[in-house]
Amino acid sequence: MPDSASDRRFPLPSEIADVPGADGWRSMYPYYTRFQPEDDGRFWFYNAMHFPEPMPAFDAITAELPYTALGANTARMFVFPTTLGIEHRIVNGRVYITANPVTDPAEIERRLAVFSERAGFYYENWDELYQGWVGRITELIAEVEQVEVPTLPEFEDAAVVFEARGVPQNHYVRENYHRVLDLYSKMWHYHTEFLMLGYGAYVVFFEFCKASFPEISDQDVARMVAGVDVVLYRPDDELKKLALLAVEGGVDDLFTEGSDPQKVLAALAERGESGQRWLAALEEAREPWFNMSTGAGFYHHHRSWNDDLTVPFAALPRYVAQARRGELLERPTEQLRAERERIAQEYRSLLASEEERAAFDQMLGLARAVFPFVEDHNFYCEHHFTTKFFNKVREFGRLLHAWGLLPEAEDIFQLHHTEVDQALTDVMLAWAAGGQPTGRTHWQQVVAERKRTLEALKQWSPPPALGPVPEALNDPAVRMLWGITAETIESWARPVEADEREVRGFAASPGVVEGTARVLLSANDIGQVREGEILVCPVTAPSWGPVFGKIAAAVSDIGGTMSHAAIVAREYGLPSVVGTGHATKRITTGQRLRVDGSRGIVTILD
Amino acid sequence: MHTSAYVGRFPELRLTDRPRVGGKGASLGELTFAGAPVPPGFVVTTDAFEAFLRAVDAAGEIRAEIESFDAGQTGPIAEAAARIRRRIEAEPLPQDVADAVVCSYRELDSESDMPGEATPVAVRSSATSEDAEDASFAGLQDTYLWVRGAQSLLEHVRSCWASLYSLESVSYRRRLRLPEHDLAMAVVVQRMIDPRCAGVMFTRSPLTGDRSLVAVEGSWGLGSALVSGDVTPDRFTVGKVTGEICARTISTKARQHRMDPSGSGVVEEDVPEYLRDEPCLSDEEIHELVRIARSVEAHYGAPQDIEWAISRNFAPGKNIFLLQSRPETVWASRENKPLATPKAKAFDHVVALLGGAVVRGGGA
Repeated sequence: MPDSASDRRFPLPSEIADVPGADGWRSMYPYYTRFQPEDDGRFWFYNAMHFPEPMPAFDAITAELPYTALGANTARMFVFPTTLGIEHRIVNGRVYITANPVTDPAEIERRLAVFSERAGFYYENWDELYQGWVGRITELIAEVEQVEVPTLPEFEDAAVVFEARGVPQNHYVRENYHRVLDLYSKMWHYHTEFLMLGYGAYVVFFEFCKASFPEISDQDVARMVAGVDVVLYRPDDELKKLALLAVEGGVDDLFTEGSDPQKVLAALAERGESGQRWLAALEEAREPWFNMSTGAGFYHHHRSWNDDLTVPFAALPRYVAQARRGELLERPTEQLRAERERIAQEYRSLLASEEERAAFDQMLGLARAVFPFVEDHNFYCEHHFTTKFFNKVREFGRLLHAWGLLPEAEDIFQLHHTEVDQALTDVMLAWAAGGQPTGRTHWQQVVAERKRTLEALKQWSPPPALGPVPEALNDPAVRMLWGITAETIESWARPVEADEREVRGFAASPGVVEGTARVLLSANDIGQVREGEILVCPVTAPSWGPVFGKIAAAVSDIGGTMSHAAIVAREYGLPSVVGTGHATKRITTGQRLRVDGSRGIVTILD
Repeated sequence: MHTSAYVGRFPELRLTDRPRVGGKGASLGELTFAGAPVPPGFVVTTDAFEAFLRAVDAAGEIRAEIESFDAGQTGPIAEAAARIRRRIEAEPLPQDVADAVVCSYRELDSESDMPGEATPVAVRSSATSEDAEDASFAGLQDTYLWVRGAQSLLEHVRSCWASLYSLESVSYRRRLRLPEHDLAMAVVVQRMIDPRCAGVMFTRSPLTGDRSLVAVEGSWGLGSALVSGDVTPDRFTVGKVTGEICARTISTKARQHRMDPSGSGVVEEDVPEYLRDEPCLSDEEIHELVRIARSVEAHYGAPQDIEWAISRNFAPGKNIFLLQSRPETVWASRENKPLATPKAKAFDHVVALLGGAVVRGGGA
């Protein structure tokens, strides 16, 4: 790590050695993700927030398309004055990014004129445009669900002949695969459409509050803006309704800690009318509310509640117990609304002047107008759409498996999306020719090799940043979306803290609590969490909401105080420390911890 | 109830009464009016002083003599001041003034918590002058603690008046060439309280100026231990909006200043071992102090710097008292420009932020 001012730099990209046993990683990602020699001169940071694990080859698309969309939005559509877009590179399976700033004052001036007009249009018509957005994204979700994956029958469907359509199924293998990717691309364009403008409006209010009340907590700023009818809370609300229904119908005895969801479902089917009624209610809730990824929506293996009922079922025993005691009440929305208003009015009245109060009103009004998008877009995009997207890709995986190109359907995710294109072409040709695909051995070897590579890559601790320490870091995207400032980079450049028993992060939700650690490296293990434990994980995701009902505190490696994990922790009133960097490496399951969510400190007690 | 131009009870006084009750008296009156739990009391007004002075010196010789001195004439001033003080201390109060003072004292006494004992009061001079801020008189006049009984009170009121004619006080006025006829002396009479603990609070953060916080500092005994730096106080920070005690530092409080009810003074002593590391305030007391501080701040419409005390003799709920409140000045003086002003359109704020961030860093 750097220590003198003249030589302040992180490791250079060219200095990163291959991870032992993983030197094949380059074959997983296309050439345009590779670091170039001239990249050594630029500052890069590891996007641990979105990509906390090494990227399976296919999942690299979850970096490629967001950056295609984000930059197009900021650089080209809205013409942000001080930033163009984000560039990304992959090394040892990890995604590093950098922003392209605009620094020439004349250029900023020229862009500002265009930006004001274009951004102004969106802000002025926000509600109407956002309603339109909800319609468009909902339609997009339906479209991706409806894409058909051809079955390639021995004889083409008769209708193709009798209706003179002329185009047989093997054509649609490629067209429909491309369509799935194209819809995913569009989803990301929709995602970024309002994103920077939304965060921008929030950050303006946030920074004004911080300037006016230097000691105000991030939570209190968020509490003035946060919505009450947040789509993201719905899945959890649905679980509570199911818990109430279980008690009402007298089937609540089936919901016990650690039970297998499939066995519970089977038992319910045997429980007569009330069992049937519960199962019907579950089916009702699943679409769309169980389309919640157990991660943040960037990895194929973070399955949704619908794909794996373990997560929602892990939360049910507690809710059922509460329902039995009559303690499971609906969220007091009126009270929450009144409280939000009280907090805002009190801070407003504490401002020093009428002018400031008028500015506060403008900023708060705008922040509240944009917040439905800020709070809800993750459900539509990363959860609902992405769940459908990965499952549609799985269907193509089944086709490739059926043609002997993959050991298992799931192995499609070991191929880059351009390689899937090749493998599908192999199938299209084989079906047409009446022969066999030629790539059977090739792809089987590739899949086995990549699984080994990924395992090896997991052992690597990526440096938080690469390249020279930048003189100034003001890129609004980097600041707003990743919360990275000059101070963050300073802290990365400093050696690890002296106190071995302390892990520091952001104070995300206040309170102090002691308990036993449960370290979860994969969202799929969430069923292991027991009542009263302290959850320690790489990144918490909104879908983990229900599990927050049984834990005593939450600690994450990644995330800021605006992250949804932090919001959910506050909603549940649990202490939470996020963005610790390496809590999962320093803490092991079973250790006693003290979590101080007011100061952002986790202490290992034994 | 006795009414007289010679006395003003705290609840009847406002800041605008300052010319007849002095700065200290007026501010305690205003604070009482604001609903704060100020120890009860009254002010012997400047009218009483004038009536007394007329009785002592109908011809106005005293004032004329003092005005005849130059500041440098220390010897003659000392001689005249001593002579005038003797004259004042020998003179009984005019009957109607004495009646008004005694009557007001009896009212305090009748509300005493220690029935049968004469209520102990503090007697403080509160001088006023049209030409000078009374702050400039601070320290030049006297305070008498633990005054008990009507007769003793009358003597101490007269002692306060006499203190206007101390060598220091007269020399000071001559140095500034202040006209004597503007000069008057009110006397504040206030029920004594014997603090279990005391301190100060600011209705904004002293560290950052944050107006959404109240900082409370306190230590055992009198607030003077804290003000003089004799002890490091406990410190609590409370969010006004959330009501949460968001930070607490409990210090080792080795020393305390304590009222000495047997004498007239203050004793400085070690705090008993078992109390040193204990918080001097309970959470309930902190919340109550903050509630009172906020209502005082709301009354004055500006952040306040408040002195408080908790009596050892009163039941919880009735034991908190405010001794003084004045506008906070350090951070107030820095607030000359608003942090933001309204713009033509709300989104102009965003345009300004996104357009300006890099100009600041890269351009300048």
